[in-house]
Amino acid sequence: MYTYSDFDAAFVAERNRQFRQQVERRIDGSLTEDEFKPFRLMNGLYLQLHAYMLRVAIPYGTLRSEQMEMLAHLAETYDKGYGHFTTRQNIQYNWPELGDIPNMLDDLAKVEMHAIQTSGNTIRNVTADHFAGAAADEVADPRPVAEMIRQWSTDHPEFQALPRKFKIAVTGAQADRAVIRAHDIGLRLHEQNGELGAEVIVGGGLGRTPMIGKTIAEWVSLEDLPAYLESVVSVWNLLGRRDNKYKSRIKITVHEHGIDDIRARVADRYELVRPAYNGAHMDLFHQIAAQFGSPAFRNVPTDAYGAAYKADPVFRSWADTNLSAHKVDGYAIVQISLKAHGETPGDASAEQMRAMARIARDYGHDELRISHEQNVVLPHVHTSDLPAVHDILKAHGLATANIGLISDIIACPGMDYCALATARSIPIAQEIATRFDELKLEHEIGELKIKISGCINACGHHHVGHIGILGLDRAGVENYQVTLGGDHTETLALGDRTGPGFSAEEIVPAMERIVDTYLAHRDGPEETFLQAYRRLGMDPFKTALYGEQPSKRTKAA
Amino acid sequence: MTIIVRDDGFHADDQTDFLDLASDTDPATLDPSLAKNIRIAFPSSADGRGFSLARILRLQGFTGRLRAAGHVLSDQYAMARRCGFDEVEIPDDLAERQPAEQWLFRADWRAHDYQARMRG
Repeated sequence: MYTYSDFDAAFVAERNRQFRQQVERRIDGSLTEDEFKPFRLMNGLYLQLHAYMLRVAIPYGTLRSEQMEMLAHLAETYDKGYGHFTTRQNIQYNWPELGDIPNMLDDLAKVEMHAIQTSGNTIRNVTADHFAGAAADEVADPRPVAEMIRQWSTDHPEFQALPRKFKIAVTGAQADRAVIRAHDIGLRLHEQNGELGAEVIVGGGLGRTPMIGKTIAEWVSLEDLPAYLESVVSVWNLLGRRDNKYKSRIKITVHEHGIDDIRARVADRYELVRPAYNGAHMDLFHQIAAQFGSPAFRNVPTDAYGAAYKADPVFRSWADTNLSAHKVDGYAIVQISLKAHGETPGDASAEQMRAMARIARDYGHDELRISHEQNVVLPHVHTSDLPAVHDILKAHGLATANIGLISDIIACPGMDYCALATARSIPIAQEIATRFDELKLEHEIGELKIKISGCINACGHHHVGHIGILGLDRAGVENYQVTLGGDHTETLALGDRTGPGFSAEEIVPAMERIVDTYLAHRDGPEETFLQAYRRLGMDPFKTALYGEQPSKRTKAA
Repeated sequence: MTIIVRDDGFHADDQTDFLDLASDTDPATLDPSLAKNIRIAFPSSADGRGFSLARILRLQGFTGRLRAAGHVLSDQYAMARRCGFDEVEIPDDLAERQPAEQWLFRADWRAHDYQARMRG
């Protein structure tokens, strides 16, 4: 894992010193809230419905156990004892006092963390495949590239007042676990003639105008990548719309000008930008990459795993849903669900964070990841240790066996916290999870991703949920629109709207009708919800939700 | 009236001749031989187009005086310098709200620069 250079440490310390002074000026009244705003936004501090919210960057979702312990310390000392992991692999604290923020940032710096560029119109925290370095299907580890991009984008002087925020995601595997086609820039690492480079995808995004990213370059060598990224962002900085913030993201720029026009402009800019990189970035890259070697994997018998799997049905059920294939024999990737039925998706208490840190230290080569699906990943666990890991997780309410199932819901904070929200999302997620747990149906249903956003900005990724739920405000009443058939993987697709929305009371029964329809129509348990929807189309689901549709019957007759 | 900010603090305007460029200048029209001195407008501190325009001019080989003029905040001074501006011109009322010591606090713009490190 990456550890800070002296340069990184000095940079963060200086930045914290500047922000402490700005906070002091705000508290003594010499800065108004309006004047303070750009400074706090450069440092991840939002003003929400009830309080300030601090968003801490977890670059490419990677943590050591001491870092997770520090997140627990912050939750306990400065917040209400918990933190909220987000869909961009960050953690948010919803209740800090302004005066405490500089101390929180200094505490974070002790474990090489910060909150820089987690807000504002800048290049945001770079995200990556949460199985990086562990996945069986990996071509290249995305973390060294992501770390280079973190350093390249941090405090980039040209890009601190962009038309809007800008998000980059990186994957190096066959499966896309980083939703790269829904980012401003998505990078897919792959080799060409034995040399590592990246496919560059531009102009994806969700929000009120969802767009699937388009390939602007099939392959850019690693050496050319910083100059290429700089050219893309520079072109957009000058061309992106600043008259309307809903039309300022690069997806709109690409849509309005066309990908070929953007590609030509980028090529022009690149001619100018590329010579300014003299190779020092590659020395830096090699230093970074050397820190991402594999841990010292053990080669020991796996019998303990087989025995527990046979003897303990609770362990078996958890192993069946929460483990993924590791690149090394005898190892597994463990997902810890932060979606216990009835709890807030993505929340973890300080005590739970400490338990996860301890497991990582004792059984997981000291590594943890945060997934964009708001769960925690232990990327390297030897299968013989899984029974012990499962026991500890159980003791802390962390052994929910539901990864990928209907209760493993992504939900934005919604009206419970967010100033932009038009409806609640967390309570809806809780009700759905609780209901299907009562029905004892979720393992029977199999893979089914529900994603919930409490407003049109789509932080809950509803467009790409197998079932998407969008909470709106209709004349003061919450109304939930439903989409079906979205897909967040390498076959990214946006869901189709079923029709009129449902009230808060109707939405859980609507989910039941959708699921019943799937169970009644599927070819068998091996046909997933998404496959069945693609085969069946919208009609049977529409009928289940709204009754027979007269116009169609007339046509048929 | 306006104030000129440089690394050593506030100065009176020395009234040099500048070619004025708006923040929405088409980058295709930029050329290092446009003028000896160029002044780029910042109509708002949230409008970062001038940073890219300055950078393009410098990459093209522009060696004249480059001035950022308008609503630039002291916390943006380091960014302006790193993008190739020589100085910043701000209106008097902004200079009153952001006195010279706030700009001097950020005048050490060569320190802690990731970009400089990446470019060797």
